[in-house]
Amino acid sequence: MGEMLVLIDHNDGAPRKISLQLLTAARQIAAETGDTIAAVWVGEGADDAAATLGEHGAELIYTWDSDEAFAYVTVPQVEALQAAIEESDADTLLFGSTNHTKDVAARLGIRVDGGVITDVTGLAVEDGRLVCTKEVFGGDTITTSKVADGKMQIIGIASNAFPVESVGGDEADIEELDVELSEAAQVAKVVSVEKQVASDRPDIGEAAVVVAGGRGLGNEEGFRLMEQLADVLGAGVGASRAATDAGWYPHRYQIGQTGRTIAPTLYIGSGISGAIQHRAGMQTSQTIIAVNKDAEAPIFQIADFGIVGDLYTVVPKLIEELEDRKG
Amino acid sequence: MKVIVPVKRVPDTAGDKPIDPNDRTVDRDSVESVLCPVNEFSIEEGVRLKEKHGAEVTVLLVGPDSAQPIVRKALSYGLDAAVQVSDEGIAGSDALGTARVIAKALESMEWDLVVFGNQSADARTCLVPAAVAELLGVPSLTFARYLEVDGDKAIAHREHEEGWDVVEAPLPAVVSVVEAINDPRYPSFKGIMAAKSKPLTVKSLADIGVDPASVGAGGAAATMYAFEPRPPKAAGTVVEDDGSGAAAEQLADWMTEKKFV
Ligand SMILES: Cc1cc2nc3c(=O)[nH]c(=O)nc-3n(C[C@H](O)[C@H](O)[C@H](O)COP(=O)(O)OP(=O)(O)OC[C@H]3O[C@@H](n4cnc5c(N)ncnc54)[C@H](O)[C@@H]3O)c2cc1C
Ligand SMILES: Nc1ncnc2c1ncn2[C@@H]1O[C@H](COP(=O)(O)O)[C@@H](O)[C@H]1O
Repeated sequence: MGEMLVLIDHNDGAPRKISLQLLTAARQIAAETGDTIAAVWVGEGADDAAATLGEHGAELIYTWDSDEAFAYVTVPQVEALQAAIEESDADTLLFGSTNHTKDVAARLGIRVDGGVITDVTGLAVEDGRLVCTKEVFGGDTITTSKVADGKMQIIGIASNAFPVESVGGDEADIEELDVELSEAAQVAKVVSVEKQVASDRPDIGEAAVVVAGGRGLGNEEGFRLMEQLADVLGAGVGASRAATDAGWYPHRYQIGQTGRTIAPTLYIGSGISGAIQHRAGMQTSQTIIAVNKDAEAPIFQIADFGIVGDLYTVVPKLIEELEDRKG
Repeated sequence: MKVIVPVKRVPDTAGDKPIDPNDRTVDRDSVESVLCPVNEFSIEEGVRLKEKHGAEVTVLLVGPDSAQPIVRKALSYGLDAAVQVSDEGIAGSDALGTARVIAKALESMEWDLVVFGNQSADARTCLVPAAVAELLGVPSLTFARYLEVDGDKAIAHREHEEGWDVVEAPLPAVVSVVEAINDPRYPSFKGIMAAKSKPLTVKSLADIGVDPASVGAGGAAATMYAFEPRPPKAAGTVVEDDGSGAAAEQLADWMTEKKFV
């Protein structure tokens, strides 16, 4: 029995959805190991988040609130985690498998000589150690992995693999970490942050519903239609590579083998053929809906509900019908 | 300026990917292998650094002798030389183990900048670039959608969920690039011919001073020990729209029934 650490990724002062999902995963582990769950919060805002994190199972928050935390690339977060590991003596750290956090995990893994497993979708405990399942080859194969005995387990949890669950815990206690940044941590500087997100539409990585558009949209304007559909469902908007290559939608919304991997509860693809490289990023979605005018499009092989038809007829009608039902 | 572009051999996504039950790695001999498509973007960035700064660009591949055609393929885009680290001891390495081999190989070479792909198309861990930077004690500017070298520093736009950060670091540095960074050109006929005679040095673990116990299946901190194909998905409902959009009503009913509305 000891402490396990959960790295909380946050945005504008609030924990990201994946951070609360991590706490669900942590509780599942803690139920077996008897560990207590300690969150690690780098940057400002731990006080305001203490109630939310407590409600989701964290008993303690280690925090380091400093302007330096995000003034440099990656390494300050690694050093904050090292301080938390020292304080807690933890041998398990959970993190959300997002790109920038994977950098933190990689560097930490080297520093503490730990083992890193990313994009984990399922967890079990055997002899006190974690057994992690993950999907590889775009969801075609499910593998089981473990970190070698005696090494720190640094485990990246995939987005939407665990639900967000409130367990009504008390506000988490806060413990300030003492972090003295090394010189190496201050070499790569963040000069400025460019936020491009104008709407309050959720990011495709964490959205419960994702609406995606492809070459079949024919033009950039088609994405306005995708956004309308998304807004009826509170969804995020993604795209195929054909659409991002054409410049119709930003690259960071590309779903697929060389873009993002998403696993929402519902994916709705329009004008997307469902090439294997696209499927590699979305086929683990719980429910898949496809609209495509070609009955032979491979996307229909994995669709739970498919419509063979013109998206410019079907989607506007769908928006209307959904709005009616919402009343 | 000297630039290194590490590239990986990966199984072709479009083919089957049998996993070898003995060492639990992809059975690379029975599948069609290709140059990792993400590396086409890092190679193109290397070519641009040649054109803009007269950089000397070397390919680095960690992988068995049978991966040599992939090294030549990478050279065919117009890069100058190649180093391949090939050793039986490497088989079964995890991402951090691969990073250890790459970092040691880099220590035996001269460079100012290392340009990785942000991920590999098969493992997709994204761990290797930052781990290599950590091992070498240099800064890492990863997920770059834009890269510029200005004198002795690198400036990058580091993509994230909400946009990007403008970041900079002095050389020597490690960067990784995302697809949005450029439009890779195809190798020219001249490039393909020239690639055949470009210098290629093959090194063993001993050559670069790696302790075999620290890499390979035995040295892996994270081990995969079971794998199974994903269970097939039950066929769904497909309806044909009659041109009026009526099918959308059926879909809306279905979505309501499934509580998506
Ligand atoms: C190495 C590599 C990596 C790749 N990585 C990715 C990746 O990460 N993500 C990705 O998405 N792709 C990726 N691709 C590209 C992939 O192979 C496909 O080319 C791409 O996914 C096709 O996009 P699409 O489905 O939008 O276009 P298309 O394949 O052209 O399909 C368009 C579809 O729209 C339909 N359509 C046209 N008009 C209408 C209409 N009015 N109404 C309804 N349907 C209509 C057509 O029937 C067609 O099925 C990669 C390819 C390679 C080689
Ligand atoms: N065996 C390898 N040899 C050379 N470079 C590699 C190798 N494996 C990974 N890389 C590099 O690391 C990047 C990220 O890969 P990964 O961390 O596996 O997602 C790739 O795009 C390559 O540039």
